[in-house]
Amino acid sequence: MSVTGLYASRRRSNTIAITLSVAATVIGLGWLVLILGVLFWEGFSGLSLAVFTEMTPPPGSAGGLLNPIMGSLMLTTLAVLLGTPIGILAGTYMAEYGRHARLTQVVRFINDILLSAPSIVIGLFVYEIMVYPMGHFSGYAGIVALALIVIPVVVRTTEDMLILVPTTLREAAFALGMPRYRIIMHISYRAARAGMLTGVLLAVARISGETAPLLFTALNNQFWNTNLNAPISSLPVVIFQFALSPYKDWQQLAWTGALITTIAVLALSIIARALAAPGKQT
Amino acid sequence: MPSTGREPVVDVALQGQGAFTGDTVARQRTLAKLKFSDRAFHNLTRGAAILVLVILGGVIVALVHGSWLAITTFGLDFLTTQSWNPVTEKFGAIAPIYGTLVTSLIAMLIAVPLGLLIALFLTELCPMSLRRPIGIAIELLAGIPSIIYGIWGLFILAPFLQVHVQPALIGAFGNVPILSTLFAGPPYGIGVLTAGLILAIMVLPFITSITRDVFEAVPPVLKEAAFGLGCTTWEVSRRVVLPYARVGVIGGVMLGLGRALGETMAVTFVIGNAHKISASIIAPGTTISASIANEFTEAVGDIYTSSLIALGLILFVITFIVLAIARYLLARVERKLGS
Repeated sequence: MSVTGLYASRRRSNTIAITLSVAATVIGLGWLVLILGVLFWEGFSGLSLAVFTEMTPPPGSAGGLLNPIMGSLMLTTLAVLLGTPIGILAGTYMAEYGRHARLTQVVRFINDILLSAPSIVIGLFVYEIMVYPMGHFSGYAGIVALALIVIPVVVRTTEDMLILVPTTLREAAFALGMPRYRIIMHISYRAARAGMLTGVLLAVARISGETAPLLFTALNNQFWNTNLNAPISSLPVVIFQFALSPYKDWQQLAWTGALITTIAVLALSIIARALAAPGKQT
Repeated sequence: MPSTGREPVVDVALQGQGAFTGDTVARQRTLAKLKFSDRAFHNLTRGAAILVLVILGGVIVALVHGSWLAITTFGLDFLTTQSWNPVTEKFGAIAPIYGTLVTSLIAMLIAVPLGLLIALFLTELCPMSLRRPIGIAIELLAGIPSIIYGIWGLFILAPFLQVHVQPALIGAFGNVPILSTLFAGPPYGIGVLTAGLILAIMVLPFITSITRDVFEAVPPVLKEAAFGLGCTTWEVSRRVVLPYARVGVIGGVMLGLGRALGETMAVTFVIGNAHKISASIIAPGTTISASIANEFTEAVGDIYTSSLIALGLILFVITFIVLAIARYLLARVERKLGS
C-alpha cells in the first residue's frame, strides 16, 4: 500500500471510530430522554389530587395511590432506620478498629458482592426466615428485606468516607488521651458526616424503587393498612400489578405511580451527589 | 497508684469530662469506664461487620434449606430437564437458565461496545465542560428503578419492536439459513430479544462509568508518547488505552453481567414467561428471576415452591461467581493504582 493510501485508511478508521463513539453517546443520552420523556408524558396526564387522597380502586373505576404511597413511606423509613445503624457500625469497624484486619478484607469482598446481588434472592431469603415461619406475609418481612439491601450500601459509603478522614485528626485526639470510641464519634463521624449522609440517601433511593424483594414479603394490600404485621401495599408492587392488568384505569395509575417513584429516586440521588461533590469527585 | 506514664494527658481527658482530677479512686474508675466503653464499642462494630458475613451465610443456608425438597426429588435432572409442569409436579430448570444466559448475552453484546465507545468519547473526545454533565446523565440511567424500565419496555418498546423492527428482521433474514431460525415465529413484541435490549440499557451505565474511570487512570504520558509518534485518536485508544485498562474494563463488564443476570422486574414485564427453549430470539421465554417473580406467590404445593427456591439458589450461585470475579479484577486494578 502506498504511503498516502496508508494515511488515508488510518484517517478513515479514525473518523469511523470517532463517529461511532459520538453516535453511542447520542444513543445513551437519547434513551434517557426517551424513557424520562414518556414517563413524564404518561405520568403527568394522570396526575391529580385524587392520586394522593384516594385508595387504590377496584378494577374499572377511578381512584388514587394513597395506600401504596403511605406503605412505601413506612417500609422505606423503617428499613432505613433498621439498616443504617448496622451499616454504619460495620463500616466503622472496617475503617477504624480493623482497618488492616483480615476480617475487614473478607467483609469488604462479601459486602461488595451483596451490593450487586439479585434483590429477588433477598426476597426469597426473607420469605424463608420470616414469612414461612410466621405463616403470613407482613410489613415486617418487607422491612427486613429492604434493610438487607440498605446495609451493603451504607457499609460501603461509611467505610469509604471514614478512610478519607485524615489520620492526623485522630492522632491529635489520641495525644489528648481520648478513648478510641470518643474519637470515632466526635472526630471521625463529624468529619465524614456529609459523605455518610450521602450513603444513606443513596440507600433510600435504591430501596424506594425496589420491587422484587417486596413481592413475597410485604406482598400487597388493596386497602388502607398501617398494621405492619399484615400484608402492606407499596408503590413499586402496585405499579407491577396495575401495569400488567388489562384495565385502562389501573395502567394509568401505574404510570402515575412510576412517575412519582422516579421523581423521588432521582431527586434523592441528585441531592446525594450534590452533598458528596465538595468532598469527593464522583 | 499504678503508673501508666500518661497521667497528665489522662487528666486533660478527665477534665474534659468534668471529672475531679485530684481523686485517685474516681480517676481510676473513670479510666476503667472509658476502657470498658471502648471495648464495648469495638465489639459492637466488629459484631456488625461479622453480621454482613452472617447475612451472606444465612442467604445460602436458607436457599439450600428451601430447595432441599426439589434437590432430593429431582437430583441433577433438575439442571437438565425442560419440563415445568405444576400439575404433574415435574420441574426442570434448563429453560429459565437458558433464558437468563441468552438475555444477558444479548445485553452484553449491545452494552459492551456502546459502553466502551461512550467511555472513549467521555475521556478522549468530549469537551471538558461537557464531561461531567454527560457522565452524570448516563449514570442517571442507573438510578432509574428497574420497574420503570419494565413498564416502559412493556408499553413503549415492545409495541414498537412488534410493529416496526421484528417484521423487518423476519423479512430480511427469513431466507437466510441460521438467521431465519434466530428470527422465526410471529412478532409478539415481548420476548427474549426485547428483554435483552432492556437489560442492555440498564447495564450500560455500570459498564460506562467503570470503563471511563479506568480509561481516565491511564497515565497521560503513555498517550502523549503515542500521539507524539503520530498515532490517531483511535490508534491511541485501541493500542494504548484499552490494553492498559484491560483488567478494569473486564471487571466493569463482569459487574454489568452480574446485574443483567439477576435483574428481575424489567425482564418480568417483557419476557413473556414461557417455560420452553426456542431457537428464535423473538419468541417468548423466561429467566430465573422472572419465573420466581411471576410464580412464587401463586405456587401451590411444597415441591413447586421448593423448585422455585432452587432456581433462586442457582441464580445466586451464578451471580456470586460472576460478581466475585468482577470484584477480584477491580480490586487488582485499585491496588495497581494505589501503589
